[in-house]
Amino acid sequence: MGKRVGIIGVGQTHHAAKRLDASGTELIAEAVTRALDDAQLTMADIDAIVVGNMDHFENINYVDMWAIDGLGACMKPVFKVTTGGTTGTTVGACGYYHVASGLFDVVLAVGWEKNSESDTQAAITTCANPTLERDPFAGAIGPLATEYSMYMKAYGATEEDSAMVAARDRNNALNNPYAHSRQAVTVEDVMNSPMLSYPVKFLDMCPRSDGSCAVIFATEEKAKKLCDRPAWVHASVVRHDYTHFGDLEWKFMPTLERASAAAYKLAGISSPLKEFDVAELYIPCSTCGVKWMDSLWFCEHGGAPKLIRKGIFEMDGQLPINPSGGVIATNPIGATALIRVGEAAWQIMGRAGDRQVKGAKKALCTGFGGCSWTDLMILGADLP
Amino acid sequence: MPGWKDDVDVLVHEGKISVPYSWTVGSTLSRFYCELRDNAKIWANRCPSCGKVFAPPKIKCIDCYEDLHDWVELPGTGTVETYTVVRYEEPVLHPRKAPFAYGIIKMDGADTGMVHFIGDVDPEEVKAGMRVEAVFEDEREGNILDIKHFRPIT
Repeated sequence: MGKRVGIIGVGQTHHAAKRLDASGTELIAEAVTRALDDAQLTMADIDAIVVGNMDHFENINYVDMWAIDGLGACMKPVFKVTTGGTTGTTVGACGYYHVASGLFDVVLAVGWEKNSESDTQAAITTCANPTLERDPFAGAIGPLATEYSMYMKAYGATEEDSAMVAARDRNNALNNPYAHSRQAVTVEDVMNSPMLSYPVKFLDMCPRSDGSCAVIFATEEKAKKLCDRPAWVHASVVRHDYTHFGDLEWKFMPTLERASAAAYKLAGISSPLKEFDVAELYIPCSTCGVKWMDSLWFCEHGGAPKLIRKGIFEMDGQLPINPSGGVIATNPIGATALIRVGEAAWQIMGRAGDRQVKGAKKALCTGFGGCSWTDLMILGADLP
Repeated sequence: MPGWKDDVDVLVHEGKISVPYSWTVGSTLSRFYCELRDNAKIWANRCPSCGKVFAPPKIKCIDCYEDLHDWVELPGTGTVETYTVVRYEEPVLHPRKAPFAYGIIKMDGADTGMVHFIGDVDPEEVKAGMRVEAVFEDEREGNILDIKHFRPIT
């Protein structure tokens, strides 16, 4: 086990489809400045910096070189990490590792993306083997549509079930001033939106956003000194699958199942549905918000549709999921998963504004990326 | 070594990735480029804390992490700190035909160096410490090549 680590500050940009006023460096500076303000620190308090975004998404690489002024990283130790969709949670995990190792006291983790600069689908397809899968299968929408097709057939889940998830997240975003897409929608609106790839419709799917998020991790000693209510890291777990789309298990999410089981063990969680007060989950498409709930041990395989129909995951339900509106409302990819960590931390810290779940003491957050791999973090108001 | 490998006709997949993109210049550098384009002027920004002046402008002070809201106009003159003479042709990457000189110019009134071409001079005559001034293109588009090059002050 590493040393105890607390989150003491979070900052994020006002996300949008296209932030014409801000370069990548300026987006980063906006999030970092807000995180420092949130923690009431200055850059001099930061011992190391972790930064990440997606490969190929802008026409420039090496953010750890050209964004140093925005990051405040001059003459500081800097790590760039990039792991696809999970980049944000990997940046968070890496920030956590830095502090948990005992080598650094206060670490700034930054994720960012200017999705508006290029063709996201074209860039994503470069992750697939050029001779086997790039032409016939790669991309974000098709594989997610395929997995839900199988889940519907296996367990009787419906298109309405996923539409309920889409409506939930999109309406939650109305309470989040930072969210990119803030529109009130009904289940019918989702059902009537254009079909992208059966059974995934336009309003089921996440947008592409410009934005950045920064989260500050600190040692137990520093966190207690600098923050009246830190969000303590109770578990940080990563699981990757081996990669060929055709070999994946599509009826459930093995990496999510294994990562959450390991994390629950670390955090002493035996009944996740009861013990978590709030969850910020990387749900890129509403269909995942159905199927993947099975793999978080909220129910047996195939049990998710019933929970969703009962409203368990609504703001007034037993376990509110994505008070921020989640990925379906905001998706600056390299920042997306870190926003889950930041939003979950704010819930614990009591700083989530109109989307605050009252008295939240235990929060779950996840990242999803690449070929169905998982990063997962559990945060708590109590010391781990 | 397993014998079957001797008989394999090994293939190489020829691929080409073509990804169209845009580049959001941002508020800070947009102001810098618009001054080049519209007024043929070089502007820098200054840290309110340590007083360091950045040309080209930065987003935050690299030392103090302060916002840089103080803008200053530079005279467009400077000193060659170091340079090289490029003697090989790279038609795709080089916008100039070899031989040509480029280097780092310490701008008067700034604490940082600009990279640019050194022209209107025989490359053999370029020297470190040489005093130079910016020469602007007549038709300017809002990018760093609106400065044609720096030439010796005679």
